[in-house]
Order: sequence, then C-alpha cells, then structure tokens
Amino acid sequence: MMQGKSKYNKIRMRETMVSYAFLAPALVFFIGFVLLPMAIGVFTSFFKYTMKEFRFIGLGNYITMFQDPVWQKSLVNTLVLVIGSVPIVVFFALFVASLTYEKSPVTRAFFRCVFFLPVVTGTVAVTVVWKWIYDPMNGILNWLLKSMHIISKNIMWTGDKKFAIWAILIILLTTSVGQPIILYIASLGNVPKDYIEAAEVDGANDFQVFWKIKWPSLLPTTLYIVVITTINSFQCFSLIQLLTSGGPNYSTTTIMYYLYEKAFKIFDYGYANAMGVVLAIIIGLISFAQFKFLGNDVEY
Amino acid sequence: MKKKNSAYDILAMLILVLLSVVFIFPFYWILTGAFKSQKVTIQLPPQWFPTNPTLDNFTKLFQNPALQWLWNSIFISLVTMVIVCIVSSMAGYVLAKKRFYGQALLFSIFVFAMALPKQVILVPLMKLISFMGMHDTPWAIIIPLCGWPFGVFLMKQFSENIPTELLEAAKIDGSGEVRTFTSIVMPIVKPGFGALAIFTFINTWNDYFMQLVMLNSRTNLTISLGVATLQQEFSTNYGVIMAGAALAAIPIVTVFLCFQNYFAQGITMGAVKG
Repeated sequence: MMQGKSKYNKIRMRETMVSYAFLAPALVFFIGFVLLPMAIGVFTSFFKYTMKEFRFIGLGNYITMFQDPVWQKSLVNTLVLVIGSVPIVVFFALFVASLTYEKSPVTRAFFRCVFFLPVVTGTVAVTVVWKWIYDPMNGILNWLLKSMHIISKNIMWTGDKKFAIWAILIILLTTSVGQPIILYIASLGNVPKDYIEAAEVDGANDFQVFWKIKWPSLLPTTLYIVVITTINSFQCFSLIQLLTSGGPNYSTTTIMYYLYEKAFKIFDYGYANAMGVVLAIIIGLISFAQFKFLGNDVEY
Repeated sequence: MKKKNSAYDILAMLILVLLSVVFIFPFYWILTGAFKSQKVTIQLPPQWFPTNPTLDNFTKLFQNPALQWLWNSIFISLVTMVIVCIVSSMAGYVLAKKRFYGQALLFSIFVFAMALPKQVILVPLMKLISFMGMHDTPWAIIIPLCGWPFGVFLMKQFSENIPTELLEAAKIDGSGEVRTFTSIVMPIVKPGFGALAIFTFINTWNDYFMQLVMLNSRTNLTISLGVATLQQEFSTNYGVIMAGAALAAIPIVTVFLCFQNYFAQGITMGAVKG
C-alpha cells in the first residue's frame, strides 16, 4: 500500500517535470510579457511616474482620477459605446445567423465572410473609408441625406459633439458582429432537431419555436457573446485615434483613448497605469457579474 | 413540410442582402478608390466605378517605403504565427493530457489573463520592451504577442481529442516524450494548428494599437501603421490613402478568404467553456 502510493507519487513527479518542460516556452512568454507587466502596472500606479520623476504617492493617482472630469466623461462615453453596442450586436448577429444557418454550406460561408470582412480588412483601412463617408464637404453621407431632403445643411459628423460618439458607434458595430455571427451559426446548428420538429408537429409557430426551444439552448453562446462584446467595446481605441482623436471637446474620448493620451502624449505613466488597473477591475467585475447573472454553463 | 411565412422570408432575405452591401462597401471602395484620381475621389455624386483608372496613387504611395511596410507586416505576422503555434501546442497538449502538480491553478491563471484586455498592460509592456532594447524593432510586437494565452487555450481544446489509449500505447512501446509529441500529438492536432495559425496571423496583422505604441521610425512601420501615418500627412488626398489601404487590406483579406473555414473553427473552439 505504502509502496504503491510512493510509486504513484514518483510517477506524478515525473509527469510534473515533463509537463513543465513542455510548458516552459509558453510560461517564459506568459510570465515575462503578461504577468510581469501586469505586476509593474499595478505597482507603478501608486507612483508619480513621469519622464522626470518617480515618487511614491500612494493612492494619489486614483484619487486624481476619480475627481478628473475628463476621466468621468470618458467613462460615460465608454459606457455609451458598451450599452449601445451589446444589445444591437446580439440582435443583429442572431438575426443574420438565424437566416443563414440552414442554408447550403456555400451560402453560409459567403455570409460569414461578408460580415467578417470589416474585421479582416483592418481598422485602419476601414476607417479610411468611413472618414470619407463622414466628410462634411466631400462625404457621401451628407450628400445622400441632402438629396433625400432629410437635412438641408452639411453636418460635421465627427466634428460635432452631438454626433461624434454615434458616428464611432456605427463603425464599432460593423467591426463587432463578425465573431458573434460565426458563434451563433455554429450553435444554432447544434440545437437538437428533434425538439424543433416535435414542437412543430404540436403546432408551435416559428416565434414559439424560437422563444421556447432555440433561445434557451443559445443562452450560453449569448452570454459568451455579451461578455466578448462588452470587453471589445471597452477597448475601443483605434477608431477613435484615427477618426476623432478623442474630440471634439473630449466627446469621443474613451477610457482606453484617455489612457493612451496620458501615457504616450503627456507621459504621465503612473496615472495611465492607474487607469489601466481600474479598467481591468471594471471589466473583470462586469464579466464576473454577467457569468453569475446569466448562468455559468457555456457549452458548444 | 414547414409552413413558412414567405412574405417574411423574402423581406428578411432582402434586408440581409442590403446589409451585405453595407458590409462589403468599405472593402470595395478601397479597391476602386485606389485607382481613382484625386479629383474623382471627392466628386459628388460619387463615381461608383473608376471609369478612368489611374496608377498615380500608387506612384505617390511608393515614394514612401510602402513595400518595406508590407514586408514588415508579413514578417511580424508570420514569425508570431510560427512561435505561437509551436509554443501553444506544447503547452496545450500537457494541459489537456497530463496530470501534474499546479495544473488547475495554472490553467485558471491562463483563462483569467485571457479575459483581461491586453491594452491595459500596454504601458508597462512598452517600458519593459524599451528596457530590453527591443523598442522600434519587429520583436517588440512579436514577443509580447507570443505570451498571449489564447493559443494555449485553443490548443488545449483541440488536444482533448487525442485518445489517451494511443498515448499509453506509445509509452508502452518505449516512445519518448518528445517523439510521442511529434509523431502522435502533432498529427492529431493539425486542424488546431490551421485554426490557430490563421487566427494569429490576422490578429497580428491588424493589431494597430500594439504597432502604434511599439514602432516609430518610418522604415520600421507596418503597413497599417504606415497607412495611418499617410492619412495624417495626406489628409485630403483620398486616392493615395486608398491605395495604401488597398495594399494593407488585399493580402490579409486574401489569406482570410483562403482559410476562412479554419478561421471559423478557431473562433468556435476558442469560446471559453464555463
């Protein structure tokens, strides 16, 4: 008995050594370039850390941050993007996936590619086109709206406080639905056919079939999509940097953009890192709440 | 058999096709805009197809080191892809198939780190990279991206399919750990390689934020970053910018279209299980 146990331990020890040998390269990269920067980020967030000085100030950066009107504004803008994008992305992706998942593999692949195209094309290239669409003088949007007599004067879509954040949201949506559509197509294909047929035999209409059978089995996928879309919208940066640089008057500054500005334009690293820490905590809490609230069973 | 409301079906299909047009439009506009003269690109009503195609935009574009940028993007994406595939398949295999001390903890840390946005560590990461003397080199992007645990997670999912009996049989036959990995594990997780490779390649190519923070000399830029720079310099010359955007988008879209099945598989398999 004792001997058996020690032999088991010996085997397990050997397995452990082999396993860590296989894990070593991944761990070197992970510890060195994910965990270490994370630790440095948290540590330096307690310092006044600029090009010139490095001085411990405790919670100073955090206190400044919560009182900083620009930070508050950027938090609101970020939340607008998150709250605006999540429901639309879920609805839109579900709509497209429901229409295409029963089609032939070629049709399915075609639509999957179409809705993924803006993501693959890349934010920079896509933004080039949107910049022209929104251009107040030469852009197509004002021209279209004017020729349909919806507006009479050119609108500065990205230069007007009232419109800029919505202009960003529209582009964000086109680059956010690709992945959810792929996930929904896959998981709609996994809804048991017998249930749907049984329900149809019993006289359920399409709406009932969707609401009582498909929707519950899609819930785990929906949860996952809500989480990734939330995280994705929280990180919205490139579009803003390329299109509005956070303006006009900070109306499109998101937390991520403000962090970038503080770190790479003003070189206030400690403050930027404190923002990073808070952003990570917010995202962590939201993901956690969503998992708790909507269940924790994600299966494919 | 199904009683379907066909009016609804037709309407839905119509909406779907309209939406498709909106989604294809940016790519189409880049491709055609690249061949329009400066005057035509800002003309209203727009010229939907270039009637007098010109190569002027490309002539102007290549006065910048655009080919160098393109090469930088290819190099960075390819090297990242190769390293991520090798490193992740090794780690994913042992996480799925071996029992060792610290396994559960390690896996939770990987999953936890994956949920955090990479951007929040970008500032300390940039400092670290400068400290190591890699700032403004391709490695400033390649090395941090290799640490991202998504690949490990994905390859673990694919490695779950390896039959344990096969691994035991190999062991009884006296196959060493390395040989078991290269001759049994690798062939089985091949579809995973495909998915991870294409996924990493596309994401690295389009990781604009990382490139913006890590690169700055003009010849070291990637094509995306180069186009963004051009956009600042030629803010009103849409033709040249479109030509640059075309140069950035065509290779990556082509890669995506060729391997889109692997890509979709990577996305579905990479979804976190509770």
